[in-house]
This record gives sequence, structure tokens and C-alpha cells, in this order.
Amino acid sequence: MYDVLIIGAGVVGSAVARELARYKLSIAVAEKEQDVAMGTSKANSGIVHAGFDAKTGTNKAIYNVLGARMYPQLAEELEFPYRKNGAFVLCFDESDKYKLEELLEQGKRNGVSGLSILTGEKVREIEPNVSDKVVAALYAETSGIVSPYEMTIALAENAAENGVEFLLGQEVTSIKRSKKGFKVQLSDKTVEAKIVVNCAGVYADDIYNAFTDSQSMRIITRKGEYCLLDKKCGGLTDKTLFQLPTELGKGILVAPTTHGNIIVGPTAADLPVKDDIDTTYTGLNLAFDTATKSVPSLSRRNIITQFAGLRAHPEGGDFIIGESEVPNFYNVAGIESPGLTAAPAIAVDVAEEIANRLNADKNSNFNPKRKAIPCFARMSDSEREQLIARNPLYGKIVCRCENVTEGEIVDSIRRPLGATDLDGVKRRTRAGMGRCQMGFCTPRIMEILARERNTDITEITKNGKGSNVVLGRTE
Amino acid sequence: MKELICINCPLGCRLNVDDSNLADIKVTGNTCLRGVKYAVSEVTAPKRMVTSSVPVAGSSVSRVSVKTDNPVPKEKIFDVLKLIKTVKATAPVEIGDVLYRNICDGVNIVATSTAPKV
Amino acid sequence: MKNCDLVIIGGGPAGLAAAVAAFDEGLRDIIILEREPTLGGILNQCIHNGFGLHTFKEELTGPEYAARFEKLVYDRKINYKLGSTVINVTPQKVVTYVNEQEGLSKIQAKAIILTCGCRERPRGAINIPGARAAGIFSAGTAQKLVNIQGLMPGKEVVILGSGDIGLIMARRMTFEGAHVKAVVELMPYSSGLNRNIVQCLNDFNIPLKFSHTVVDIKATNGRVSSVVIAQVNDKLQPIMDTTEEISCDTLLLSVGLVPENELAGYAGIEISPITNGAIVDDRMMTSVEGIFECGNVLHVHDLVDYVSEESAHAGRCAARYVTCSGKVNGYVPTVGTNGVRYVVPQKIAKSDSAEPISLRMRVSNVFKNVEIAVLLDGEKITSRKKQIVTPGEMETIVLNGELVQKVKKGQKLEVTLNVGGTK
Repeated sequence: MYDVLIIGAGVVGSAVARELARYKLSIAVAEKEQDVAMGTSKANSGIVHAGFDAKTGTNKAIYNVLGARMYPQLAEELEFPYRKNGAFVLCFDESDKYKLEELLEQGKRNGVSGLSILTGEKVREIEPNVSDKVVAALYAETSGIVSPYEMTIALAENAAENGVEFLLGQEVTSIKRSKKGFKVQLSDKTVEAKIVVNCAGVYADDIYNAFTDSQSMRIITRKGEYCLLDKKCGGLTDKTLFQLPTELGKGILVAPTTHGNIIVGPTAADLPVKDDIDTTYTGLNLAFDTATKSVPSLSRRNIITQFAGLRAHPEGGDFIIGESEVPNFYNVAGIESPGLTAAPAIAVDVAEEIANRLNADKNSNFNPKRKAIPCFARMSDSEREQLIARNPLYGKIVCRCENVTEGEIVDSIRRPLGATDLDGVKRRTRAGMGRCQMGFCTPRIMEILARERNTDITEITKNGKGSNVVLGRTE
Repeated sequence: MKELICINCPLGCRLNVDDSNLADIKVTGNTCLRGVKYAVSEVTAPKRMVTSSVPVAGSSVSRVSVKTDNPVPKEKIFDVLKLIKTVKATAPVEIGDVLYRNICDGVNIVATSTAPKV
Repeated sequence: MKNCDLVIIGGGPAGLAAAVAAFDEGLRDIIILEREPTLGGILNQCIHNGFGLHTFKEELTGPEYAARFEKLVYDRKINYKLGSTVINVTPQKVVTYVNEQEGLSKIQAKAIILTCGCRERPRGAINIPGARAAGIFSAGTAQKLVNIQGLMPGKEVVILGSGDIGLIMARRMTFEGAHVKAVVELMPYSSGLNRNIVQCLNDFNIPLKFSHTVVDIKATNGRVSSVVIAQVNDKLQPIMDTTEEISCDTLLLSVGLVPENELAGYAGIEISPITNGAIVDDRMMTSVEGIFECGNVLHVHDLVDYVSEESAHAGRCAARYVTCSGKVNGYVPTVGTNGVRYVVPQKIAKSDSAEPISLRMRVSNVFKNVEIAVLLDGEKITSRKKQIVTPGEMETIVLNGELVQKVKKGQKLEVTLNVGGTK
């Protein structure tokens, strides 16, 4: 019997788990995939929004602004990549300038500081690669960038270190009321919990509707396609470049990533299914052509990879947060953009409410700090020397594009909630994220995974069950 | 009649080979004499080198690469491969070590890489 | 910090040939830094034969070719370090490397030769849409898995790209019992050798589809389940009503090689946007004095023999630079025109040397009955006739060094094709 069962180990579920770990509660997170951060959290723009986009008074506006303020401290405590780089919302037409004013006013109402409107010349003075056609821009000083999957992994690891149990590869198949709370059937077992928190992303409506035997929640799955550019283009822009928003969202951005690549996207296409993350010709063309409007010198030649992510768009438009019509069943659903920014703040409120409900005491042993895997690539030479002296495996470079060492890869596997497959290693260490995209390091990482997990190399997968990298041996 | 692509140079001449009389093979479509020589050998006795790799025990490497020390008849490639599959080398292995004697028509399988003993 | 006359970064065919030549030129203080646990580079996984016909007048497998050069290095007792990755090179020629034994070390070099080779272009670089599943490999990765590790990347295979690596892997996978369903080539011609088309595809009835590309990848349960191919038009854009779905569990990509010039970037070396390698003079010296580049990191070669030849030249020039630095009185630029896509070296140093100068080049299309001509201010100074030139093959033309040294300031050398007819 758990006090709280969280469904879904994305950024929302992981943040809620970590906040709940501040209380004396027994907490579990059920995740249908073999790793955390496997849905929206691993494939989004990675932007910490300033908070001027959302309509004043909405959950989106409130939690965006609160969440954004939490990032500097959170990034320090959990050692995930985050940087306040600032953002421009670009305006290409004199007649649209009033929209910048409206955004600025809305931002002020929402409590965002550091907003101003700049002329096109001023924008190009700061970002010389921005198009000549830009006539003005809203500048948001507090906008930032974050590595969303590394942040989610950090939140989950820290939650695990503070006693939260992660049930990976456990899909929720049914939820029933029980005497003391809920009986939840998972893939391989049944668990009971006093409180259930539904953080299932694009599946949150399926979970809630099946449980309540209703159609009361509707989450629209919205696909966004991205492309990632080589680090050699990293200097194209330091600020995040938005275009004036449209009906479907904040439109296509051009931004640096925390690791120095350039990200372009997302497109927005509503899907009839919830598992389609295939990239398409039209999506890629749309993303790139639109982005070229902001930065004309973008070149397709420098694309190193493409990917697509799904956003959970709530039918009503605003985040669904709080206790549902069923007592003790909480929904944290429809957390689309600015959901990544908002997640830490949402988690604080949800956790507090649940802790109050259960009369839980503060957990005095809670340790908010989590040590990141050492990042050889970002160290000074003297730090590197010390690191290799500690363990020679840090002197063995496995991923030559991103300079990731065997020591880091071993760390990523041995940690709490450690990597079990190639993509898991990649998200935790960046091995394979560079320009050769795992061409050289695949065989070596397979060997390391097999050795560390004490399994046959033919069992090593790319990304969860069924995705075995090789299909047997040559004999 | 057979049609072949000459492999001697990037021209890749399309050779028409009249092999109705093996004693007097007629070749057309060639640009140079190498084409005739190639066509004759291809229709009379086509041969190929076969290369592969085999497991090795007692070494820091898990496999050594191998080749036939001479070309083998083309139609016997898969027979040769089947026999290569039975080879299990033991370290140390040096380049040129015979790992399978007379795999086919007097041709041997020899190592093309080394495997130091550990 | 240690000091060294010549640091060679990379122990593949280029690095080995450069080291041997520098030694034979009289230099003794040489070190080769190799990131892998063995010398020989990518040749170790190229277990097929066909290497060395020019250099050794016999056909060797990749590991055998590498072993010949390794022996020359061992015989000369040239220093080398394995498992040692260079992480930085400064314009002042300080080389930083790491390994398990010594940790992080720095060497102040008098000269450096970059021989880091090249890497394969990944899926993202050619924008193939579709599922992101297991079963998609670059051909070289698959080659390593099969030949070095004895692992089977897949059983039902489609290969995109008919360069030699793709063709060789078609045969290799067939040898290991896989069914190679098709080799798909974007261009209307193959950049691979005819010999490989015959002996790797035709021998096993593997279809080669020219002017086709992969337009979608489908997957079930995390593994590739089929690819969709389509014909392309003359602008190389897919024609979407010509699609054909081929069921398979594996897609191998052999879609081009790119020089690995990260270190050159750190050293501030000027890179050619055409070759993706350094811009060098006839000594193979880059824009940073004392740093040389050769082999596939400079421009992608077709035959390893030419890598060895070019690298030996670089090794000799680096040795001479260390011992007598070598004054240069300006440069004569070389340019490729009319179908000559690039020329390496991009410039010729005017000095008192009168050695013959090899110009290496690639053409942009298949041309038949051509004359490769070198013009000096429009005047033909030398030429060669070829029945055919193709983008897959590197061409070389040798210039009389004395003649080049007489070139005046402001003049340039133009390498051009006089074409009889195109295919």
C-alpha cells in the first residue's frame, strides 16, 4: 500500500514525485516505458518560457511565471543543464507591431520582468544573423533554455534517492476503487495507493476516462517535428528566436540548445493516434522553411538529426491540475507548453495539497541535491586530470564527437534509474548525440552495456523492449 | 550469349560474349583487350577470392579475419563459407597462418589479421 | 609539458605512411597518437581484398595492408600511443591527449600532421523521414559489428547508397546468411567500382536501383519493418507516385563520407567548404604554419594506395619543415573548372624546391573521352586523356615543379576538363 501512486515518469510525474518526497510518504511512480522521460519530456523545444504568452489568470500563466523563477535554484540543486539566454519574439510586419505591445502588456500583467520592445536594427545588433525583414521584437530577458530529458532524469533520480520507488515498464491497465483508496493493475503486478496522481501526458485522458467510465477529459495529441543542427552552427543565435504566435501555438523557433547545437521547430499537427513520432518530409520542410524566415542563413546541410515529439493539448486550452471529481484522484494533465517551465511549480502545489490531505509530516532527511554525471567535455584540463586520476576510465573516450568517456557511460548505467539501453546512455551522457550520430560508438557502448549489466551483447536494445540492436551472432 | 560488365576500369564496358564454342569465344563491346581476357575467364572458369572472419580463443581480440589464399570457383563460394564457419582459431595467430587446409581445390584459408596470445 | 618534433594524430594508413616517410627523411623524434586500441585505423574492419595493387603490386585485405605499414613503423621503432584520444590542438601546436595510463598530457610539437580520417554521413544529414527505430546503421558500423564483433545487424537488408562500402556490405551480409533485398542509389550512376558491382551484387542477384531513394522508414515494436523507396526526378527529388515498399528489418546507409576536422577547427585551420578538409599547399601544410593534413581527413580518397602516397609526401614535407623550416615566397592558387569539383592542394608554395607536384581532384559528373588539362593563365601546360572520369574516382595529374616555380605573382593554375561527351 503506497500513500501516493504517480502515473507517468515524465517531467511532471518526476517533479511531483520529488516534491512529494519532501514529506514522510511512501510514493511510487508507474511508467509504461523502460526509462523515465520517454514521452513529451524527451522531445520538445527545451525552453524555459518567460511567461508573457499565456492569458493572464490561467493556470498556464500562473505556473509559467512561478516555474521560471524556480529554475536557477533547481538547476543548481540537481545539476542539469540550464541557461538564461533571453528570447526575442520577432515581428516581420509594421502592422503587427501592436501584437508585440499586447504581449508585453500581458507579460507585465502575468508578473514577468525584463520585457522590452526593440527595433529591428537593435535586434540585429544583438543577433546579427536575424533576418533583415524583422522590423521589431519583444525581448524577454528571463527566457532560458534547458535540457528537458536531463532535467527529468535529474528530478527522477533525486526522487529515487529520496525513497520514491520507480516501477518502470509498468503500464497501467486498470484502476479500481478499493476500501482504502485505489487498486491499480500494472503490467506485472497490482498495487494499492491512497492517492493516485495522473501525470500520463498524452495518455492522461485514456487513464482518467477508463477509470471514470466517461469521456470527461480530452487530450489532443499534437505532433511537433524538429531538426537539430551541428554544433558548428551554434553561433547562429544565442537568443531563442520566436515568431509572433499563431492559433496552434508559439510557432517555429530557432534556439541554441544547452549543449551548443541549434534546434529548429516544432511544427504542429493534430494526430488521431498517440504513438506516431515518425518524422515526415512535409514536417521537415515546413519547420525549416519557416525557421529560415527568422534566420535566412540556416542551411539544411548542417542538420545532424530530426525528431518528433507529442504535446498533450487539453481541449479546454488550460492545464488541468488538481483533484478530480473522484476524491483522492488527482489529474495533472494537458501540460503542453509552457508545461516544461511550469512543471516544478505545479509539482510544489500538488504535493502540498496531497501532503495536507494525508496529514504528512515533512521528511527531514530529504536531500534536494543530486550530483550529475561528470561531464568530461565541459571540464577544464586540470579537472580532467583529477577525474582520470580518480578513475582511469575517464581517460578513455568512447564518443569522439561529444568527447564522452567510458567512465561517464559506466556512471550512467550504474546510477539509480540507470541507463539500460543505447538511447538511455545517450540521453544521460550525450554519447551518440554528435555529428556521427552513434556511427562510431554504437559497437563500443553495446559492449559496455553488456559488461555492466552482465547480459549478452545480443540482448542490448536501442530504446526499450524489442529494439535489439543486432539480431544474433554471425555463427 | 552472355552479357557481362567488364571490371577492369570505370568504363565498365558492356561485353557481349558468344560462348557457344568454348574453344573460340567471341567478345564484342569491349574497348580494350583486357575486356576479352576478362570475358573469357568469366565464361570459362569464373573465380573469386572469399574473405570472412572467424572466432579466436585465448586472445585480446575475439575474431581474426581470413581469406582464401587463391581464388575459388565462383559456384563454390557458399560451400567454402560453410566450411569457414567451422573454423575456430586459437591464439597466437599470425597473418598467413593456415587455418583450414585445402578447403576447396587445393586452396587454403589463411589468417589476414593477427591475434596475440594473452 | 613534453616536447616533440612531429606529432601525428591518427594511426591509420595516413598516419603510418606519414610517420615512416618522416623517419626516412631523417626525423627521429616522432610520435603517433591513436585513439583505438590498435594501429591500422578503419582498414582493420575492411577484411575484403583489393587493397594495395598500386603500392605492393598485389591484392591485400585491409588488415594485411595495414600490417605492412605497421611493420615499417615497428622496424623503425617509431613511438606510438594507443587508446589515446587527442582532445585539443592549438595554433601554437600544443597537442592535448588523454588515455587511461597517463591521464591528460600535453605535447609542444614543432610540427603536427592531422590524419584523423573521415566519418560516415548519418541518416539525419540526408533527411530520411520516418520511424526512429533499431535496425538503421551506417554501413561502416554494420561492418564493424559483423567483422570485428561477429554480430548480425539484421537478416533482411536494404542498402541505401552504392558507394564501395555499401556494395562490400551487401556481399558481406549475404555471406553471413542475410537476404539483401536491394541496393538503392540516388544518382543515375554508382560511385563504386565496377568490380564491386559485379562481384558484390551481380554475383548474388542483388538488384541495384539507380535514381531511387528511401522516402520512409516504418517500424513495429521498435525495429525497422520496411522501407519505402521512390524514384527521383532529375533534381533528385522523390516522385511520390512511384513508391514501393520493401519489407526488411535493417537499413544500411552508405551515403557519403565527411572528413573529421574537429581538431583542425580548434587549431583555427581554414577549411574548404567543398572537400570539408583543410586548405593546404603542395607541402600539405594547412593555413596554420607547421600543421599538415593528409589522407581522408583532407579529402575523401577512393583508394588507400593514394592515401599512403599523399601521406608519405606530407610526412617528408613535415620532416623538412622541422629541420629547415622552408621559406615560402608566396603562393600560386589552383582552381578546378568545367566539371573539376575541387583540386588538392588548393595552392602551391613558391620555394626553391623543384619536385614534381601531384594535383588530386574529383569531377562532378560522369564524363567520357575527356582531357584533363592544366592551364596557366589560359595556356595549357600539361594534360592527360581519359576514356572516362567519374565522381567516384580521384584523378591525379603531375606537374613539373620547375615550371610551377617560374609562375609569376598574380597568376593561377586552372585544372579543367575538355569534354568529348557526357553520359
